Amino acid sequence: MSFPFSAIVGQDEMKRALLIAAVDASVGGVMVFGDRGTGKSTAVRALAALLPPVAAADAGYQDGSPRKGNVAVPFVDLPLGATEDRVVGALDLERALGAGVKAFEPGLLARAHGGFLYIDEVNLLEDHIVDLLLDVAASGENVVEREGLSVRHPARFVLVGSGNPEEGELRPQLLDRFGLSVEVRTPQALKQRVEILKRCDAFERAPDAFAETWRRAQRKTLKQIARGRAALAAVTVPDSALTFAARLCMAVGADGLRGELTLMRSARALAALDGATVVTADHIATVAPMALRHRLRRNVLDETGSTARIERALDDLALEDAAA
Amino acid sequence: MSGAGDVSSDRPAPDALWDAVMAARLCAIDPGLSGMVLRGGGEVRDAVIATLRDGMPDGAPMRRVPSHIDDEQLLGGIDLTATLALGRAVAQAGLLAEADGGILVLPMAERLSDAVAGRLAAAIDSGASRFVVVALDDGMEPDERPPTALIERLAFRVDLTEVVRWRGGEGLSPDLSARDSSTAITEADAVDALVASAAALGIDSARASLFALRAARASARLAGRDSMAAEDVALAARLVLGPRAVRMPAPSDESPPDAPPPPASDVGDEERGEPGALDDIVLAAALAALPRDILARIAAGRGRKTTRASGAGERRASGARGRPMGARAGMPGGGRRLSLIDTLRAAAPWQRLRSGTGVKIRRDDLRIRRFETRAQALTIFAVDASGSSALARLAEAKGAVELLLAEAYVKRAEVALVAFRGVAAELLLPPTRSLVRARRSLAELPGGGGTPLAAGMNAARELAQNARARGRTPFVVLLTDGRANIAADGTAVRAVAEADAEAAARAIGAAGIAAAFVDISARPRPEGAALAAAMRARYLPLPRADAAAMHAAVRAAQAG
Repeated sequence: MSFPFSAIVGQDEMKRALLIAAVDASVGGVMVFGDRGTGKSTAVRALAALLPPVAAADAGYQDGSPRKGNVAVPFVDLPLGATEDRVVGALDLERALGAGVKAFEPGLLARAHGGFLYIDEVNLLEDHIVDLLLDVAASGENVVEREGLSVRHPARFVLVGSGNPEEGELRPQLLDRFGLSVEVRTPQALKQRVEILKRCDAFERAPDAFAETWRRAQRKTLKQIARGRAALAAVTVPDSALTFAARLCMAVGADGLRGELTLMRSARALAALDGATVVTADHIATVAPMALRHRLRRNVLDETGSTARIERALDDLALEDAAA
Repeated sequence: MSGAGDVSSDRPAPDALWDAVMAARLCAIDPGLSGMVLRGGGEVRDAVIATLRDGMPDGAPMRRVPSHIDDEQLLGGIDLTATLALGRAVAQAGLLAEADGGILVLPMAERLSDAVAGRLAAAIDSGASRFVVVALDDGMEPDERPPTALIERLAFRVDLTEVVRWRGGEGLSPDLSARDSSTAITEADAVDALVASAAALGIDSARASLFALRAARASARLAGRDSMAAEDVALAARLVLGPRAVRMPAPSDESPPDAPPPPASDVGDEERGEPGALDDIVLAAALAALPRDILARIAAGRGRKTTRASGAGERRASGARGRPMGARAGMPGGGRRLSLIDTLRAAAPWQRLRSGTGVKIRRDDLRIRRFETRAQALTIFAVDASGSSALARLAEAKGAVELLLAEAYVKRAEVALVAFRGVAAELLLPPTRSLVRARRSLAELPGGGGTPLAAGMNAARELAQNARARGRTPFVVLLTDGRANIAADGTAVRAVAEADAEAAARAIGAAGIAAAFVDISARPRPEGAALAAAMRARYLPLPRADAAAMHAAVRAAQAG
């Protein structure tokens, strides 16, 4: 049983990013940076428990046989130090030895299809596993050619990572794979910290009773996600919003087109969550830090944080528009 | 460091043992506290574990987890030997499941791999099996500690290294009646006091206050009370918050969080303007248990490195992961995996002799897979920050180091920084992959003073040898003008200093550590080249080098 998503104190940006990813998976995953004990994994696990079920034919390992009905959204933890076998899948040893059958034992990638693949401490993940993840995340398909097996199966998932930058940085290629990135900090206000401790303690002592108190809030969040998903297709992105997004990307010097695409998609998801039908510059400004902060070209000698650079660019654009 | 000495001096050794025993008793009452890290202590720890066992229900299991246990043993899987003997799949339970409701002892916890720590952390988080972890940390170096992912999830950490002699049972049964149980307090007050203390000590993790609250409740139950008293909260602060502190409390709430720590003499000062008597008691209790090296850690930037993933270094054969390299005979397990095809191939010629139906496979046929991994590379910068290296050149050296850092960041290699000036060398940055920390310690590097070249080279060599012992591939980059004038023992006799420097250089060469000698003097002299030759290092005279040129040269040297 996981901590109720709605009961998480503060951390608004992280919660918003996760909701956006829940509404539109094509945004491309969320990376959460922050110190230990700031509620990163709590929030991610809480969101998975909140999502409506999906069709069995779109989730989990697809071996080609038709599937019916609905299953819970797959949520797969990729543990640090997982072997390649566990990640991509391997020969089913149990059946090979016991029954002499050559069978494929699906790995974590297969199980995550249609859902979330969560990697805690993704910055400590070994390089050859990262290479493999990048490959599958880009192609949406897992190809296994080993031990006399030849298997390919769909593997499309929302990549959610968390990590502490003080313990090692993330490879830029992997970082670029995450649609959104957020930075979480422990709230420094005493009142908030007391509230966090009280809620965590209440949850630990009586999880069921605690979940019951938050049931209404949880249902509200669930409804918001469902409404957002339904409304997503109808939300329009006017040219003015696209121009604003492009200007912003140019102003901060975001590499590649992926920045603009993510900016547009996440602004649309945010509008859908808010119940709006048209994306405005406000939506774009709200999601800009999380969509762009990890895409700025890094200057080793420049101490200015990415978030500050984006906010400065937003201010400059607002001034330009006011003058025009 | 002198300030840290003051703090520890009023914390005599028997207290640490008392702390450990109290931690064990609290864990026995509330296994949700998850356990403790015991650093050092030898046989004293057995007594602590015995106390823990006494407090647990009768028949509670106790399991020891070797530091390189494989997933099958830890989480359960197929028992291969039994499977082969019986011809059908035989499952075995994992250690975690076996230890459910009991104690899990981790000897040599500082050697625990991140993978195993991750599994344990996940098991603790999910609550699927409840056990109390006792991590025995035998690390000698300050850097050798169990993985943070695990430490973070255990309520207590006690440093027993100063408990040199265990005096029988003395101190093992803390006198609980001595604790004054008059001042009962409300839950809300306890929560407020613990959160305020955690904030004052710079502890950001929400787990810390949560553990402290649980510990306080357990302490009340230990004393046979229904509600918490002030000393329960104080004990919890001492055991849980104290060892986690990352800064001295600021004198008042107004000062910014990054304010430099006040001198240690302020610690005992009763006149700090903190509101609330309980807050004072709790904070004072936590301060009494501050880790000894807190000031040093604050100086070095908070936290510690835990990165153990592979970067680009020497190739090493490995049984667990990496690129496939073929198979060899051996038993699977301990991270080594069965290579089925090769096993069958090895068994094939003998099938007629081992008559019977079906394929007969024996133990000798088993083949395991081998893989090749790359050891992590570690670049050690030894930077001459003496007065003779003009300040401008130091700035260029810093620039070059930053460029190399940026590259190391892309390649996932580690960097470390040793600076030498005045009379000694100093490790400014222990091996890390964090660009943030590296940049910070580099920016703070001061210049001026004599050139203790020998001390700098020795420090770099020791770091390199330690790194190699831990499976890294070190590369030393020495930036200096080569003009040694301080001997290894700190005396300012030029002739001795030069002889010492040459000896230190030869030691690096003899140790076979790859190195580059960057001569940053304005007019390179033969001494530099001679030192480089003794080091068996590539000699790079860069009289007018700017940061970019220096970076390019070192990169070329490292590649070649």
